[in-house]
Amino acid sequence: MTVLAWTFTLVAASFALYIGIAIWSRAHSTHDFYVAGKGVHPVANGMATAADWMSAASFISMAGLISFLGYDGSVYLMGWTGGYVLLALLLAPYLRKYGAYTVPDFVGDRYYSQTARVVAVVCAIFVSFTYVAGQMRGVGIVFSRFLEVPVGLGVLIGMGIVFFYAVLGGMKGITYTQVAQYCVLIFAYTVPAIFLSLLITGNPIPQIGFGGADAETGTYLLDRLNGLHEELGFAPYTAGTKSTLDVFAITAALMVGTAGLPHVIIRFYTVPKVRDARVSAGWALVFIALLYTAAPAVAVFARTNLLSTVSGRPYAEMPEWFTKWETTGLIAFEDVNGDGRIQYVGPEATDGGGAPLQNELTIDRDIMVLANPEIARLPNWVVGLVAAGGLAAALSTAAGLLLVVSTAVSHDLLKRSFRSTITERGELLAARISAAVAVLVAGYLGIDPPGFVAEVVAFAFGLAASSFFPVLILGVFSKRLNREGAIAGMVSGITLTAAYIVYFKFVNPAANTAEHWWFGISPEGIGTVGMLVNFAVALAVSRLTPPPPDHIGELVEQMRIPRGAGEAHEIEA
Amino acid sequence: MTPSPATDRTPREYWRRNVRYVVVLLAVWFVVSYGAGILFAGSLDEIRIPGTGFPLGFWFAQQGSIYVFVILIFVYVVLMNRLDRGFGVDEVETHPASVARREARRSRPKGPAGGRTAGGSDGGDADPEATS
Repeated sequence: MTVLAWTFTLVAASFALYIGIAIWSRAHSTHDFYVAGKGVHPVANGMATAADWMSAASFISMAGLISFLGYDGSVYLMGWTGGYVLLALLLAPYLRKYGAYTVPDFVGDRYYSQTARVVAVVCAIFVSFTYVAGQMRGVGIVFSRFLEVPVGLGVLIGMGIVFFYAVLGGMKGITYTQVAQYCVLIFAYTVPAIFLSLLITGNPIPQIGFGGADAETGTYLLDRLNGLHEELGFAPYTAGTKSTLDVFAITAALMVGTAGLPHVIIRFYTVPKVRDARVSAGWALVFIALLYTAAPAVAVFARTNLLSTVSGRPYAEMPEWFTKWETTGLIAFEDVNGDGRIQYVGPEATDGGGAPLQNELTIDRDIMVLANPEIARLPNWVVGLVAAGGLAAALSTAAGLLLVVSTAVSHDLLKRSFRSTITERGELLAARISAAVAVLVAGYLGIDPPGFVAEVVAFAFGLAASSFFPVLILGVFSKRLNREGAIAGMVSGITLTAAYIVYFKFVNPAANTAEHWWFGISPEGIGTVGMLVNFAVALAVSRLTPPPPDHIGELVEQMRIPRGAGEAHEIEA
Repeated sequence: MTPSPATDRTPREYWRRNVRYVVVLLAVWFVVSYGAGILFAGSLDEIRIPGTGFPLGFWFAQQGSIYVFVILIFVYVVLMNRLDRGFGVDEVETHPASVARREARRSRPKGPAGGRTAGGSDGGDADPEATS
């Protein structure tokens, strides 16, 4: 079978599976729709969380990013896993005990304030939409490259699938579909990784293989890669070029942002018990770690393969995948010195005589994972599998985000803020309608992304870190934090972070260099500063304003003790 | 040093211990990621993990910290399940059989150690409710 036939078969089979699950797990009540009836097994929830969390960016872009950044790519690896420790130790069990349906629900109740609730709703919708547009784009790219349909049509097909199971099944449908999507995506990620590891190092376990010796030359693979980098004028692969403080700040912003993202937090509301919430975070991280520890190995294999198959070779001899990606515009070659060979070199490169060499090749780093099986000449079915995996990653995350948007509208805004008389059936209908609208908006953003969307996606973490995280943590660990402190903290944190990002990315992009940044912290890492400001402002303002009413103290005490979780909602179920 | 759990089983003491676990585990979390993976990565890179090509700082940043994160969460789960039982604040079982067992367990005049030995059956107890 050809690559195209395999891709069609595998993608169609995976879509049929998702639809089947959606029909089997329809939601019958708002309780099902919002939190899957709180009956999800912790291991299943861990898998669903992993699929929810690992987006098109993790699956498609991350290994590529790391392979271009080397050590500096570690910020993503540590940043996007370390947040689960914070979740498990500081947030998940308490929020589960509290038993809310959404993050704004908790913020509104704990800080006894509609203003705080609405601020939280706005933050949640903003963070989720910026994120979901990127997912839809990922769906479009996979479709256009592998199935040879236009990006727009690809997005429409993806929207149709998400629409079907998110609108019909709500959280329940999404949860069980995500379990299936996790299995598809992890299989699709590890199979090529194992193949590559065997080919290059002879070791079937990629996590160990990339520290081993290269099968061809017998030297350690990382040493060989550092050597190639030096030869071609790139910085050494295993050492960074970013400043230590910046790496520190970016890692912290990603970690804390992970723990503050509403679509991740909401997953811990779906398990039956407090202790399930704790262990579920552990399982989620196990499932995430399977991909995240393989990614740096894939990055090293991809980088080595790329440098050895492309650099210095004649353009006319390039294999088929090279020209195929060229037609998508994601690889571009310009023969600057007219010698017919591809000089793919770093800024420090020189030719034999010491004259500087110019780089002639630009490669979009998003394609590394997708092109890897072809570069390594893996069997056709593996290539098709990667396409199905990329789609699973993008669709599962999109569905989780859309659910946050729909519950924010139907529950936080309608039911809790503006129309408290709405019936259960009315609320469920409202949830379905808002999910449908959210799918349409997300699809539009995916087909026709305004220029700023792609830029903003990377900053969703900084925004989540600087708005939600301090307020959630203090809501559990401090009884003294009051309404005034929480609102002032959220507003100051997110304003500072957003202003810094907007200034350097849109107002004055020319100044976006290390010497203009505060303390050398890039816009990617500013969320950490915003978070610290949020903490400081919240605590200071709380000290200067009246303490919260007595029932809040009791609410916090109750939240800290596991016993009694879930009883509040049992009548509805 | 600390009051014996048999005499001080107040929610305040439970919370104090929980916070202590969290502080210790987060200290480890900080050391492996921000310490070994970032602040001291440069100097740790001088050391190779024997038999591999991994510079130690690079390995911590791209592999080791993630493994430690996973371990930390499961350690916390075990510590807290034990603490919950020791303080009698673990979640109430709704299944009649487990309620009977729980009553029997609680009437025994023992501290956390007693809870721990009886705790082996706890995972089994949870199942009937988890599916309800």
